[in-house]
Amino acid sequence: MGAEGAPVRQRDSAVSIVVVHPDLLGTYGDGGNAVVLAQRLRWRGMAAQVVEVASDQPVPASADLYCLGGGEDGPQAQSAGAMAAGRPLSRAVEGGAVVLAVCAGYQVAGEWFAGSDGRPRAGLGLLDVRATKGSGRRAVGEVVAEPVPDLGLPVLTGYENHGGLTTLGPSAQPLATVRTGVGNGGGDGTEGALGTRVIGTYLHGPVLARNPALADLVLSWAVGPLGPLDDAEVEALRRARLAGARSGRGTRWRRPALSVRPVAPLSSSTSGAG
Amino acid sequence: MTVRTRVAARTGAAVGMLSRRLGAGGGTVIGGRVSLAIDRGALGRLALGRRLALVSGTNGKTTTTRLLTAAVASAGPVVTNIGGANLPSGLVAALSRDRSRSPAVLEVDEGYLGPVAGAVQPVVVTLLNLSRDQLDRISEVRMLGARWRAALAGLPGTHVVANADDPIVAWAAGAGGGIGGPVTWVAAGQPWRADSSGCPRCEGRIHFHCSAGTTEWACGCGLSRPPPDLWLDGDVLVGADGRRLPICLALPGRCNLANAAMATAAAAVMGISEKQALSAMASTAEIAGRYQVVRAGRGWTRLLLAKNPAGWVETFDLVAPAPAPVVVAINARVADGRDPSWLWDVPFERLAGRLVVASGERALDLAVRLAYAEVDHQVVPEVTAAVEAGLAGGPGASAPLDFIGNYTAFQDLRKALARHRRGAGDGS
Repeated sequence: MGAEGAPVRQRDSAVSIVVVHPDLLGTYGDGGNAVVLAQRLRWRGMAAQVVEVASDQPVPASADLYCLGGGEDGPQAQSAGAMAAGRPLSRAVEGGAVVLAVCAGYQVAGEWFAGSDGRPRAGLGLLDVRATKGSGRRAVGEVVAEPVPDLGLPVLTGYENHGGLTTLGPSAQPLATVRTGVGNGGGDGTEGALGTRVIGTYLHGPVLARNPALADLVLSWAVGPLGPLDDAEVEALRRARLAGARSGRGTRWRRPALSVRPVAPLSSSTSGAG
Repeated sequence: MTVRTRVAARTGAAVGMLSRRLGAGGGTVIGGRVSLAIDRGALGRLALGRRLALVSGTNGKTTTTRLLTAAVASAGPVVTNIGGANLPSGLVAALSRDRSRSPAVLEVDEGYLGPVAGAVQPVVVTLLNLSRDQLDRISEVRMLGARWRAALAGLPGTHVVANADDPIVAWAAGAGGGIGGPVTWVAAGQPWRADSSGCPRCEGRIHFHCSAGTTEWACGCGLSRPPPDLWLDGDVLVGADGRRLPICLALPGRCNLANAAMATAAAAVMGISEKQALSAMASTAEIAGRYQVVRAGRGWTRLLLAKNPAGWVETFDLVAPAPAPVVVAINARVADGRDPSWLWDVPFERLAGRLVVASGERALDLAVRLAYAEVDHQVVPEVTAAVEAGLAGGPGASAPLDFIGNYTAFQDLRKALARHRRGAGDGS
């Protein structure tokens, strides 16, 4: 899993990071993942270029890294539809590119997902996962998840907000095991999925802002081994978020809104002056 | 009004008074909750026989409500919900305080607009804009727009004042096929487009294009920007018949010219002439502390409120230019939205070239965002200490220090400064 045996692409120019369909999959600040990736390269003296590719533009297959973010049901289906022809992301991954797919983007990266009408829509097939509609309640709150050991990563922190449930097929490995929160929600306690140079997760925050080691893992798949950076400020944030999740700020199921009855029809007893 | 509603209103008002006297809070919401518990239909019955105007949207609700209230008040007494209590409990509390039949101007939380409008049968509903905000609590904006549209379709007697420049709002108000009552389309602008590029009707793509100074939008399905009845030409309100009315406000910024335009259109539906409405709005200088310049320790600070990416973008336009320091305070309580991921949707890169003091309960989230934006910053979580740090890092007392807070961080600073002022008063 992960990047085992992956060819690190040779390059003589800037590392290119594509934000896929920010107009459709850009609802939860996930565009920040591309900022984090680019800055962590630049701070190490490497050139990086972030390219936002809107849904009316073709997604190039030639970039080094791709970020997909969260979005609403309709736009999510549109995004998957726009990438069905030509399979740019599959071709890119086959050529050595890396994909980070978050929330709706995670579902798009899978085999299929339930559309807003509940019927299955074809995903990009980058991950062996399927997303169904949940019970109608949404998983909303802080998540703490223990990454699978072979990634060698510290605990993951993020924020989830999704109604879908994701189940993993035999060729996908979970990204992590949930300690606090819901994650994939299929009852197996897993969060996210891991394919070859593809990561899917429900974590916002954005996930790479809160988990710099995950950011560097993703980058190393694309550009090879990286030296350390001073992450003292992020470490302070991580300590605060992990402590916050322990003190009961974890996922809650969203309560239904207070209902307000419309005004009752006038009857003789309701007509007096106030 | 039924005996039950009367009892509900009076008990609620009494509990609210008790809450205020005990210092537990403003008393508005707890009083309203008691009234609702006694009589679930209280809101509808308290609204009976009144001319009501509702104002909703993601940004500008409180300001537009205040401006519209000023306009309607120029013709007589008016009831409103001061203090941002815009959930049904707050509306019940506001209407309970006045049991005459005065007209009411009410700010309504965008998630509750449908049921509230159904309950109170308003004369006019003003729909400002919709963009991402508190996504852990409020539904995604497209879903909100669809719910607004369904609610308005059931209110053919209600006049809608809608922002023609916001595709989701325009769809909600009946663009692309009438759904109910008359609509006044105002080109109030929506610089934030990240939430409206997907068509609310067909899930296609909305294309924006500028022509002759205005931004048109359209989708391939035929849904397009309705021709506006009113628009802004700088600080002049222009009508489709060519009439031009100068807007003179004490409030700063493009967003407040837009709020005034929306309020003027709503006031016209309430029977107040545009000229009279605009002149009544001119003296409104601060809105529940927003834009207020207050004494803070050794200097002065100007209080700015921004709650979501669209609001931050408008607020950055108001901030003193670099190298003047800025204090930015972020909380993530229920009223703010628990998930501050939206910090990454805000172009904080625009604050480069100055010191930013990162404050509030989520100062560390902000600090990480500023670090990646390569903005010089200092972390001071407590808000008054952050203002002190900003004043210490500033060029002097020549201009007030700008403080931008999201909802509860803004309230925290106001309360702390009020405590300091009381403390100073006691000591003299």
